[in-house]
Amino acid sequence: MEPTFFETYVVPPLWMLGQSVLMLVILLLTVAYILYADRKIFAAVQMRRGPNVVGPWGLLQSFADLLKFVIKEPIIPASANKGVFLLAPLVAGVLALSAWAVIPVADGWSVADPNLGLLFVFAISSLEVYGIIMGGWASNSKYPFLASLRSAAQMVSYEVSIGFVIITVLLCVGSLNLTDVVNAQKDGLGTHLGIGVNSFLDWHWLALFPMFVVFFISAIAETNRPPFDLPEAESELVAGHMTEYSSTPFLLFFLGEFVAITLMCALTTILFLGGWLPPVDIAPFNWVPGIIWFVLKGMFVFFCMAMVRSIVPRYRYDQLMRLGWKVFLPISLAMVFITALVLKVMGWA
Amino acid sequence: MVVASLFFYLFATVTVASAFMVIASRNPVHSVLFLILAFFNAAGLFMLTGAEFLALILIVVYVGAVAVLFLFVVMMLDVDFAEMREGFLQYLPIGALIGLVLAIELILVLGSFAIDTETVAATAVQPIPDLAETSNIKALGDLLYTKYIFFFQLSGLILLVAMVGAIVLTLSHRPDVKRQNVAEQVARDPNDVVLASVKSGEGI
Repeated sequence: MEPTFFETYVVPPLWMLGQSVLMLVILLLTVAYILYADRKIFAAVQMRRGPNVVGPWGLLQSFADLLKFVIKEPIIPASANKGVFLLAPLVAGVLALSAWAVIPVADGWSVADPNLGLLFVFAISSLEVYGIIMGGWASNSKYPFLASLRSAAQMVSYEVSIGFVIITVLLCVGSLNLTDVVNAQKDGLGTHLGIGVNSFLDWHWLALFPMFVVFFISAIAETNRPPFDLPEAESELVAGHMTEYSSTPFLLFFLGEFVAITLMCALTTILFLGGWLPPVDIAPFNWVPGIIWFVLKGMFVFFCMAMVRSIVPRYRYDQLMRLGWKVFLPISLAMVFITALVLKVMGWA
Repeated sequence: MVVASLFFYLFATVTVASAFMVIASRNPVHSVLFLILAFFNAAGLFMLTGAEFLALILIVVYVGAVAVLFLFVVMMLDVDFAEMREGFLQYLPIGALIGLVLAIELILVLGSFAIDTETVAATAVQPIPDLAETSNIKALGDLLYTKYIFFFQLSGLILLVAMVGAIVLTLSHRPDVKRQNVAEQVARDPNDVVLASVKSGEGI
């Protein structure tokens, strides 16, 4: 039967809209609790209590913060470039959220599953620098401007190594589709070593271990998290690109930053930790739905990032650049060649 | 198809409008931001024709890297906009003339230009695969790394030479600056470290 107008033009967009809204709500709730977890972990490392007043164990702290940001008055500096000043936090927030549209959280559970999903996520993450640059420039003030210059150089540098990591994964998988990337990790190094059951040894983290490390550190640098938070280093730049922002625009910047962090955790999970695959493909583990494994793995990556933030002191800017260009770039470039060579020689490609 | 053509007109209009704003806006930073908007919509047009790889690479390379550096440089420029616009009317006739000549040339060339699918199929080095059969990257890679490998490598070499040249031109090694040698620091023997308790106000 010929599909009616209603079926072709009304139902699919509505269905997609519904999925997107659901994704958005879940994502925002996750961000609220990731923020809480971040502060709690940071506090625990420093032997403090962390947020514990609003709600039981401080569980509602993020919502109190949200309310506070929203009802405060937004202040726009008189000499700021008004249009760009207000556009910048929107760019930061919207870009970070849009990349989540292609992330598969379980088998087939994604708003869209394009052929080039991985490239799409990479493209979006390379654009996130614009929010910071635009905000820093439009504020028309010293500290934000310095921050925007720093972040431009930093994020472009670390994108290079992230790009090479993605190329090695692409070589192993043979596809840029994120679902294919996860499914390709069902059989991997573990299977080649003769382990009968599909396990966590098959995932890319073991076969591509140097790239896993490079990606983890680059992800921290790409999201401007400590120890690479030079664009907002409070001891030098007040609050970096966010210095002149208040109220909801500030909230949007903050939200964008944390959504970008969840995105990087999800990406690490998909690229290296087998996405929604169970750690061992036997009875009690493969009964658990994929989404649970995905969330657990993502949380684990986030916990590692939070620990790095609380333990490692901030890098100096020249050290940061040295790490990006003189350490990560040669390592990842060499790994691209080695991976391609191994795949070709062993006939796994 | 209706939706596709609607999107085509949307992307095309915004591309042309933002391209116009690139030259029309008074603030160079706004110009760069409009340039980025134009890139985005061009990527949208690529996407509509099914060239998804080109679309995303356009965003990654041009918007994600080139335009960032562009913006970086433009933000640092100290330009007096009033002064820049002073000679505008003086140069308007000659600028308009050049524009007119270019426009006429473009119309002459493109007016007789049409893609004849049969000729293309006959002269193409290998048959153009259908979109449903193979993905963008595979089709591009098949051509780029087999038939055109020499040109591909050559263009890479040219870029490398340009990069090395730029570094050589700008690198000035100053011997009097104290530098951090990480390898030396890491290789230090912990037993050689002298721990001294220094009295306040005296120093070592």
